[in-house]
Order: sequence, then C-alpha cells, then structure tokens
Amino acid sequence: MAPMTTNDNKIGRPLAQPPETLLSRLFEPLGQRVVGLVNNLGAAAIFLIKALVLIFGRKQFRAIVQQINIIGAKTVNIVALVGFFTGMVMGLQLYYTLVKYGSTGVLGSAVALSIIRELGPVLTAIMITARAGSSMTAEIGIQRNSEQIDALFTMRIDPIGYLISPKIAAAIVSFPILTALFDLIGILGGYISGVVLMGVNEGAYFYRIQSSVEMTDINGGFIKSLVFAVIVSTICCYQGYFTHMRKDSYGARSVSFATTSAVVLSCVSILVADYIVTSFLL
Amino acid sequence: MTHPLIEFRNVHKTLGSTYVLRGTNLKIPRGKITTIIGKSGTGKSVFFKHIIGLLTPDAGEIICDGKPMSEMTRAERWEWRGKFSYMFQNMALFDSMTVYDNVALPLDQGTSLSRDEIRTKVHERLQQLDLAGIDHKYPSELSGGMQKRVAMARALVTSPEIILFDEPTTGLDPIRKNAVHSMISEYQNKFGFTVILISHEIPDVFLITQQLCMLDEGKILFQGPPEDIQDVNDPMIHAFITGLTNPQDELTGMGTVTQGKQDYQNAMTRLKDEKSAFSIVVLTLESIDAINENLGHIKGQMILKNFSAAVQQHIRKEDSCSRRGLKQLMIVRQNAGAEDARQFCFRLAKALRKEQITNGAVPELPALNISAGFAEAPLGAAFDDVLANAGSRESTFLEFKIQ
Repeated sequence: MAPMTTNDNKIGRPLAQPPETLLSRLFEPLGQRVVGLVNNLGAAAIFLIKALVLIFGRKQFRAIVQQINIIGAKTVNIVALVGFFTGMVMGLQLYYTLVKYGSTGVLGSAVALSIIRELGPVLTAIMITARAGSSMTAEIGIQRNSEQIDALFTMRIDPIGYLISPKIAAAIVSFPILTALFDLIGILGGYISGVVLMGVNEGAYFYRIQSSVEMTDINGGFIKSLVFAVIVSTICCYQGYFTHMRKDSYGARSVSFATTSAVVLSCVSILVADYIVTSFLL
Repeated sequence: MTHPLIEFRNVHKTLGSTYVLRGTNLKIPRGKITTIIGKSGTGKSVFFKHIIGLLTPDAGEIICDGKPMSEMTRAERWEWRGKFSYMFQNMALFDSMTVYDNVALPLDQGTSLSRDEIRTKVHERLQQLDLAGIDHKYPSELSGGMQKRVAMARALVTSPEIILFDEPTTGLDPIRKNAVHSMISEYQNKFGFTVILISHEIPDVFLITQQLCMLDEGKILFQGPPEDIQDVNDPMIHAFITGLTNPQDELTGMGTVTQGKQDYQNAMTRLKDEKSAFSIVVLTLESIDAINENLGHIKGQMILKNFSAAVQQHIRKEDSCSRRGLKQLMIVRQNAGAEDARQFCFRLAKALRKEQITNGAVPELPALNISAGFAEAPLGAAFDDVLANAGSRESTFLEFKIQ
C-alpha cells in the first residue's frame, strides 16, 4: 500500500456522496426543506433564549430605554392614527349592521370587545412590524454585511447581548402599552362615528362598554400583545442577524430580501399566533 | 521568554468541503511585525480566526504564549481574546455612531472603567492619532485615511498586546499606503505590541516587517526575514514575489530595496571588470518622525516623496537611486571614490531647499534635518558591510539642516 500523504488522510477529505436515484431526486428537496425549517426554528429558539438571558447583563438599562424610544415612543403617532380610524370604521359598520335589528344600543360593547380582544393587539403588532420591525432588520442586516457584528466579536462584546437583547426587551415593554393606547383611541373613534355622527345614545355606548368588558378581555389582549412582541422582535432581529446566510441573495439585496421576509413572516406569524392564543383564552 | 507568542503546529482545518489549512506550521515572535502574504483564498483569514480563537483546528495544535489552546479553560480563552485587537480590511466602524462612541465602545462594554476614565483614554488615543476635535463626526463624514486612523484608534484604545491587520492598505494610493505603513511601524515602536499583518503590498511592506510568512494552499512556504525571500529558490515563491513586485517604489519613483541591492551587484561587476570605483551614499530624512507626529503621516509621506524627487534631480544619469527604508534612500554613485561622494553630499546640501521639499507645509519647523553617510565599495565587499560602513557614525557621517 502506498504511504498516505496529507491530502489523502481523513482530515481533509469531503464525505463520499451516495449515488443519485429517482427516489432521492424526489425526496431530497423535500427533506432539505424540512431539515432547513427545523434548523431555522432551532436556531431562532436558541437566538431568542440567549437574547432573553442577556437582557439582564450589565449596562443594558440605557440601551433598552433608547430602544423603547425607537420602537415604542416613535410609533405612538402611527398607532394612534390607525387606532382612531379603525374605531371609526368599526363604529360605522357595526352601526349599519345593528340598526337593522334595532339594537344600536350594544354598539359600545361590540366596538370595545372587538378592539380589546382582537383588533387592538393584532393591528398594533402589525403597525409596529411595519414601522420598527422592518428598520430593525435593515439596521442589523447592514451591520452584519459591513462586518460590524464581527468587529463586536473581536472586541469581546456579545453581539446578541449588545444589539438584540435591548430590542427584544424594548418590544416586550412597548407592545402592551401601545396596544392599550390603540384600544383607548379605537373606542374613542367608535364613539365619534357612532355617537357623534350617527346619533347613538352616549350613555348607552359607555354603559355597554362598562358592563360587557371584563378584566379577562383586557388581560387576554395584553397576553396576545406580549406574545406578538416576542415573535415580531425575534423574527425581525433573526432575519437581520443572519442576513449573510441567505442563499437567495448577497449584499444590499440580501438586506432588502431579509427585510421583506421579516415583515411578511411577522405578519403571518401574528395572525397564526393570534388564532392559537385565542383558542387557549376562550 | 524564549517561546514564541503564537505557534501553529501542524494545524489542519476543513471548512465545508474545502480543505483550508493543510498542516500549517508557524511561529509568531513577540513584539515584532509579522506579515502574512499569499494568494487570495489561501486561508489567510481562516488563519486569523484560528489565532483569535473563533475557529478551532481539526487536527494539530495552536500554542498561545506557551500554552496549547486546546487545554485552555473557557476563562483562559476569554482572557486570550482580550489580548487582541482586529483591524478589518473595510474598517468595520459603526456607521451610526460618532467617532467618540466608536473608539469608546470597547472600553464602555468590555471594561468597568468610569465614564471619565473612558473619556480620558479615548481623547488620549485620538490625540495621538492626530484626530483631535472630530469626536462628534460620523465615520461617513471623514476621509478614507481618517477612517483608517479612527479604526486604528479603536484597535489601540484597549492597549492590546497583539493587533491583527487584515489588508490595511488595499485600495489606497501610494502616499496613503505608505502613511498607513509608517503609522503601523511608528505605533509598534512606541507601544511595543505584536503586529500580525495580512498584506499584498510587496515590496512596500518589506520596509516595516521583521518577519515574513508566505501561505500557499494552507501551508507555510516561507518564514523568515523579508530580505531572505528573494534568495529562496522555490519557483512558486519566486513567481509570486516577482509577479507582485513592482521594480519601482511607488511613493518615491526610485528603485525598491531589492533593486538597490541589484544596482550594487551590477556596480560591483563593473568594478571587477572595468576597475571603475563606486560609492554608496545613504540619505536619511531625520525630520520625518517629527513631521509625522505633528502634521500626520500623510504629510510626512508627501514630504518624503518631494525629498526623493529633489534628490533625483541632482544625481547623474549613470547613478542609481533606490529606497532603503521608511525614511532612507540609497544612491549607488558610479566612478566615484569616497571623496567624490563627500563632495556630492555637500553639493546636495547646498542645493536642496526646504521650501521645495515641504511646499511650505511646515513653516514652524526651522529646518529639515538630513543625515548622509557614504562609503566607497572595496572590491568583492559584501553589500551589507558597505552599507553598514556608510551608516557608521565614526567615519563618514554628515548632518545637514536644509533651510
């Protein structure tokens, strides 16, 4: 036997590939997709757990407050605007439906319950995704592509703790507060279209709200908003953080694709999670 | 301590299906500048990642300061990584943060220093790198050279023991390229850290490096002082070096260090054949350190360039002129004994004007200091001996002040 050279030994040799068959051609892409999905879910879970643990690291308070300003405070206007018009539309639509049955008196409870239970948390989460989530992905993606994240590694700064944890913490704080704001302004919108414009009795509107809305409804909305906060911030940060691993694009385009994926995935996940959480709450 | 700072012992690494490091053996000495050269894709950055501990070898061992990396505890590895700074090829500055925040970041996040202490340290480094007064600017508002210096300030602010430079001069013009080299050399002298440099700038980088390593196909083909690489017979090394080597020094337009040696050999052949005596003259622009320090390295390199151009105007057609070091030029003067060389130096001292060399850039400097050494080459004398003779202070050393 000829003596082994460095190139022949087991260290550098790639694994032998099995021969390609019809079955392998059929099932390989499917298997690759499933394995890829499971891999991604696992990686995202580890990413989230690491980020959650590092929220309690040193010097995080200032960074979290800064992120609350970006994710929360700067989203107030858009959430208020969307909340107001959602409430107005709800007031108007429900008025025309209820007037057919002569029960416009329950307008208040219909508007308040649909907003507090469903529309508030869902629309707030979607608005934050559109405004702050997309910018999170783009920012982290650019930092990844310009080696800023690698630079953090070399400075012994954990990029997840430094870049991701404050964003996730800020989302957890901001989502419920913005949801509460959306709910209040939505009810006010319903009041304006239902009571002021359509002439529903003002006392009945507020009385019905008071009598039908219970603390469990409000808590349910907050639970949803917390779940959405974790989902949206994780998806948006994860997509940005692993921009360089995308197989469909490179460079600037990978950032734009990552941002698109982040927004689409977040919105779909919000609706899926909404169904799951609602089925547990009811 | 005799052991090297970092030692690679037969390191192998496969990434995916690519066999990157194939038995790399290398020693990196402490407190010196080591340059890694090699074609693209030969595993230079994988090599860097192994040094810093971001990748671990599949086989072989990396000895860090006498201790094998595989035997290090987590805490010891963390400690080891703290000794490094890494300067990226594209700087990797945080573009949404100001210059101050960029430089302060490693201290703010990695140490428990107070804000005042951090401010003092950051300002000290910015001052040293000629960057005072730009704290509030963003990286995109700065020129490429200034961004490099900010990246260097960030790399230096933690007072690291080892700095890794990944192609710090790629894409820079000759003046800025030489300015970065002179900066690395100056700070290495000043702070005494170990430098590991990846570079393609042959032969410019030879002027500052003390150890050269050539990496090819994951193996070290050459390791030693840069002047020795020219004498290696390996055709691969020879082809690589000659392929990259410009016969002219880009900054000064003169011959390179290697060319200078070649000029000497040619003159020596002529001395043997035709008995025509020759001398070598070594000119050193001594003021350049002060200029670098006060006006920045870019101005320093511009003045060196002008100085070279002015010297070239005064040499004869048959003489040859080459660059000898960061601030040194060498002239091989044909048909000239020691006395002729001395006369030449005096004539040069009278003819050169400070205005012409500095373009009025350093009005506060009363004169430019230039030292000149010369020696006649005896028949059959080795280049290094004659050069040492020319530079020796006792025999033939002159100092001029050009006004």
